[in-house]
Amino acid sequence: MNLRRDVFQAIADPTRRAILILVASQSMTAGAIASNFDTARPTVSKHLQILTECELLEQEQNGREISYHINAKKMKEVADFIEPFRNMWDDRFNKLESIMKTYQDKK
Amino acid sequence: MERKTKINAEDDKQELVITREFDLPVDLLFKAYVEPEIVEQWMGTKVLKLESKNHGSYQYETTDPKGNKHLFNGVIHEFFPNQKITRTFEMENTPFGVQLEFLSFEKLTNNTSKLTMHVLYKSVALRNQILALPFAQGINMAHNRIQDILSKHQK
Repeated sequence: MNLRRDVFQAIADPTRRAILILVASQSMTAGAIASNFDTARPTVSKHLQILTECELLEQEQNGREISYHINAKKMKEVADFIEPFRNMWDDRFNKLESIMKTYQDKK
Repeated sequence: MERKTKINAEDDKQELVITREFDLPVDLLFKAYVEPEIVEQWMGTKVLKLESKNHGSYQYETTDPKGNKHLFNGVIHEFFPNQKITRTFEMENTPFGVQLEFLSFEKLTNNTSKLTMHVLYKSVALRNQILALPFAQGINMAHNRIQDILSKHQK
């Protein structure tokens, strides 16, 4: 059986999505990540393992501690990180444009 | 379709630049930022207050699909008709803090114009968190869609 973790399976879990959002802006140690959840530490470790296996997270050894940061390249495969933000503005501006065109015609 | 809206967010910078060209004369583009009824339509928000003048202020209210209300507000520092608006923006009751926005409106031709929105955040981390918001909502929505499909298969 192929045990390779599927990216979509990985992000299907709400805790794992929350972890990705947490580390999106800065690299964090497992302890710091776990402190944001009520879940037991080993459960969070398991989630980190899954996210690392499917390469959404990358590990970095800092002395005795391991910190995690987002793998931007892999995230781009799932969805371009900035694309939804751009889409949000594009939708708004498309609306603005069509509203003002109608407005212009009415004059 | 051509991607008209561009976002420039460099790594390790606490700012971003949004640019967009419109098939509209610059005065109409500017009007869309000034007339409360028009702002309400394209921003999908309720305008509680909008004082388009130097040292004016504004407050918007949106209602999410769950019925929760969210307030946004800011002050208008500088207001030059058909040229620029300098203002602050803040989502109330969130940890994101205030951001500073430089909006410039440019005439390209008689019927086309360009908007440049230069936004400064308190830190790189805050900027990245705000950039990630629609992304986070997007994966939530994708997940819900997957669940809908799966539950239909199970029936």
